[in-house]
Order: sequence, then structure tokens, then C-alpha cells
Amino acid sequence: MDNAIVVEGLKKSYGKLQVLDGINFAARRGSVLGILGPNGAGKTTTVKILSTLLKPDGGRAFINGYDVVRESHKVRSSIGLTGQYAAVDEYLSGEENLEMMGRLYRLSNADTKSRTRELLRQFDLVDAASRQLRTYSGGMRRRIDLAASLIASPSVLFLDEPTTGLDPRSRLLMWDIIKELAAGDTTILLTTQYMEEADWLADEIVVIDRGTVITQGTPSELKARVGSEYLELIIAEGSDFETAENVIMCDELYIDRPRRSISVATRNGVRELKEILDCLEKARIEVESVSLHRPTLDDVFLTLTGRTATAENDHGQTEKKEKAKQ
Amino acid sequence: MNQISALVTKVTPERHSAIYWFLSDSWVLTRRSIKHITRNLDQLLSLILMPIMFLILFRYVFGGAIDTGGTTYPNFLLAGVLVESLAFGSSNTTVNIVLDLKRGIVDRFRSLPMNSSALLSSHVMADLFRNTISSLIMLAAGFVVGFRPTADPLEWVMVFGLLLLFTFAMSWFCAILGLLVKSVEAAQWISFLFIMPLTFASSAFVPTDDMPTALRIFADNQPFTHVIEAMRAWLVGTPIGNAGWLSVVWCVAITLVSMPAAAWLFRRQTQISPV
Repeated sequence: MDNAIVVEGLKKSYGKLQVLDGINFAARRGSVLGILGPNGAGKTTTVKILSTLLKPDGGRAFINGYDVVRESHKVRSSIGLTGQYAAVDEYLSGEENLEMMGRLYRLSNADTKSRTRELLRQFDLVDAASRQLRTYSGGMRRRIDLAASLIASPSVLFLDEPTTGLDPRSRLLMWDIIKELAAGDTTILLTTQYMEEADWLADEIVVIDRGTVITQGTPSELKARVGSEYLELIIAEGSDFETAENVIMCDELYIDRPRRSISVATRNGVRELKEILDCLEKARIEVESVSLHRPTLDDVFLTLTGRTATAENDHGQTEKKEKAKQ
Repeated sequence: MNQISALVTKVTPERHSAIYWFLSDSWVLTRRSIKHITRNLDQLLSLILMPIMFLILFRYVFGGAIDTGGTTYPNFLLAGVLVESLAFGSSNTTVNIVLDLKRGIVDRFRSLPMNSSALLSSHVMADLFRNTISSLIMLAAGFVVGFRPTADPLEWVMVFGLLLLFTFAMSWFCAILGLLVKSVEAAQWISFLFIMPLTFASSAFVPTDDMPTALRIFADNQPFTHVIEAMRAWLVGTPIGNAGWLSVVWCVAITLVSMPAAAWLFRRQTQISPV
């Protein structure tokens, strides 16, 4: 077997609250495993157990073949952890933070220094290297935090909601970094509340809810199960809406006459879009706008459990919580 | 973003004995804490200004009305405010441990192959550093308001030895408080709650002779008084009685109880912290 992460029947409860109720999954070496679920699903608890911060009540988990409870010390040498909020030192500079982490990972002085230089360059933080972290922006903090977890070149990396609370630009930058990391032989376990993020970054997705795995598979398998993307076209006022309905050759059409909206389920967005636009142009129908909709965590939940995850709400709360912490 | 895929530069951890690593981890984290002292001047100033304020107020407001027997009031007072400043300095450990726990950096440390209890000892070490500096400032301030020490070199060594021993004991005690409270505000008042009564119900500012009987019995037998009496004796030559060895016994006893208690609380706290 060549699984870097193996989880077997993991259980954990806080008092009466059962947070994990026997979850199983595995991640191939070098792959990105996305754990998708709403707040309170047990994502962070899973990461805490795998990174040796918490002891499970039942079940077992292995990192690189080492038991996270009985061989926690060996596990710690080969993992990196980036939590939901930046766990770095405010009063130290970026460089000092990295050097401190390097020494605590028990690298030699020389290795620590060269890795620090390398990471500062790669994460675009050379100019800010000697500034205290108090002066960093939110995006910079996440980057130095991630850099800190990479100082010892861990073979397994845990990213617990790495983009929660980030602005869109910083989120895209973070995605690029994770993509590049994944291209190396690092195994990444990523938790997220965003279907889009899991879809974009993960090779394999495990959806959890209330401490149990409700489904797992590749992003395309999951989307096939959940329903795919759809295109929404708004027909311009001057054109005939009924003609438009008839011209589009598709089995699944969703019509919303008052809004002059036609939605089309699609599997290969761009090609289908081109075909549809061509048809409409031949019929001289003008299109006001086109948008592509992807299934969200809510859609996944609606399909799999029959209720919404209310991810949007929970996300808002997470952000508020984060602000309160700072 | 330049070639992050080059992140796979492999580095291998060094191999040494457990004791080497405990010292190394402690040293790395102590350096961190010492940097905090120099970069968080507000915290440092508030800790030094308070005892200096006490020094000036007691010296000039109450000084004339207090009968200290053989020695002048500034000479009597200095050991008192010095010990007060040490106690307040140690309470930094309470606040800093709460801050570390709240900010999530403890989780990061615990996921590393390091010795986590080095975190507690690093805060204690930083207190030793901070209190040495603030003691020198207090001695200088005392000199300005009329403190004239008569200590010989050996007595100075004993003063500084006891100063460090007392700080060490108090910091471990304050570590326990930091692991029991949940917020920075609570950390501040809980240390206040211990330090204020112990400094006032002692011989720090006035001799205990005129206190009501119950208070005097408490004051004469609590650790702060012994430490103050010992320092005063070495600094300005007042009679030492049993204060010398009693202060050492108290400090060692407090350390022996507090150190394992703090380590146990730390393990328990970090193990059950939910979500």
C-alpha cells in the first residue's frame, strides 16, 4: 500500500457531543485529499487528531505508516500544519518566525538558514522579511504561516481551511501556492467549506457531515452524482423569448419567463456554450448576459442529505470569530 | 511566485539526546520571549512604573510618619518595593501563557517534534532576564531617593541570588494561574489578587509590629516577608533572624510544588481543548 494517510474508524466526542462517529478514508502518497463539510462537521477535529494534537476516543490513524497516538513523535517530524488562523508570532519578524520553527523542527542551523531564505523568496516575502508580523496584511500572514509549516519540507501537509476569511485576490494566490505544492511529492490534506475550492485543488474529496463520511470520490465523480454545472442565459428584451426556448437543442431546460432566463445543464461548459450561442445567433436572438453556475456545498448537501449545509451562514460566523480573535 | 515545486529541498533533522533537545528548545523559545520584552515596551513600562510609583509615594507621602527603628525609611523601603517589582514581573508569565494559548501558536508548537514543556520554562527564563533588568532600575531609582546600601560584594551576590530564586519560584506559580484562567483580563486581576495582599500584609512598606495580632502573625510568617527581610538585611544591615534560610526554603518549596503542577495543567489543558 502506498497511502501517506490512513484513517480507520476514528471516533471523538467532547462530553456528550459526538464530533467524529467512525470515519474512514485514505490519501495516496503525493495526492491532495479534500475534506469538505460545513462548520461543525468534524473537519478541524480530524486534522487535530491526525496532527497529534488530540487523542481519538476510538479507531486508528497512520501517517506514513506511523500510528498518530503511539508513535506521535515520529509523525511530528514529517508533518506540517497550518490552522484556521495564523499561528505565528506577532512580535517576531517573518525571518525570525521561520528560523524559530526550523530550530524547533530540529534542523541544523545551516539548513534552517537556507530553508528560511528559500521560503521567503518563494512566498514573495523577502521585502517584508525583517518586519514584525504585526505589520503584515491578512494574506501575508497566511503565507508566512504556510511557509512556517513547510520549513522542514514535510512529506504530509495539513491545511485547515487555508482560505477562510481571505479576500478573493489572496485566495487565488493561496490556490496557486497549493497547486504548486501538490505538483511536488507532498501529500496534502485540505479541509474546506467551498465546493469550488475542493473541486479546483483536490484529487479526491471526502464529504463529511456530523462526524460521518457521507460520500467520497474524485471531483468529477462527485459532480456527476450531485448534478453538474449549468449555464444561465438572459435573453435581451428586443428578442422573442419563445423562439429562444425552441432554438436551444437541449434535454434539460429550466425556464424562468419573468426574468427572461434559460438555464441549461452542461458537462463541458465552453463547447456547449459556443453551440448554444451559435444557434441563438442564427435565429437572430440577442443574449443580454451569460453566466456559469457551479454546484456549491449546499447543492452537494441538498442532493446527498436532503437538507442544506447553510455553509454561507456558517462562513459569516467564522469570519466574525476570526476578527474577534485578533 | 517562483518555483514552489523546488520546495522539495530535503532537509533532515539532527540527532541528539533528549536533554540536549530540551535545552535547545528552551533556548530557542527563551530568545523568543526575550524579544517580546524588548518589542512590547508598554508591558515593560507598566511593570517598572508601578513599583517606582510606590517607591516615590511611600518615600515622600508616608515616609515621615513611619517609624522604622534603626534604619532610614528609604533604606527600609527599598527591599519592599524591590520584591514587589519582582512579583509583578513574574506575573508576566501568567499573561503571556494565556496569550500563547489563545493565539493558537501553542497548537503549532505541539505539532512539532519539540518538547512542549519548554514553552513554560521559556516564559520563566524570560522573567529572570526581565526581573534582573528591572531590579537594576529599581536600585538606581532607590539611590536617587536616598537609599544607601552597605552591602559587601558577597552580600550583593546573595541579594541577586535570592532575587533570581524568588523570581523563579513566583514565575512557576504564575504559570499555574495562566493555565487556570481563560482571558488576558482575568490573568491580570488574578495575579493582582495574589500579589497585592502578599506585598501589603508583609514588612514591605511598614514594620509588622503595629499590625493587629492576626494580621501580624500572617505577615511575619508568609514568604514575601522572609524574602524582604533577608534582602533588607543584606542590603542595609538590619538584623536577619531566620529570614535568610527561611526565604530559601520557601522559594524551593514553591518551585517544587508549582513546577510539576504547571506541567500537568499544561498537558491537560492542551489535550482537552475542544475544536
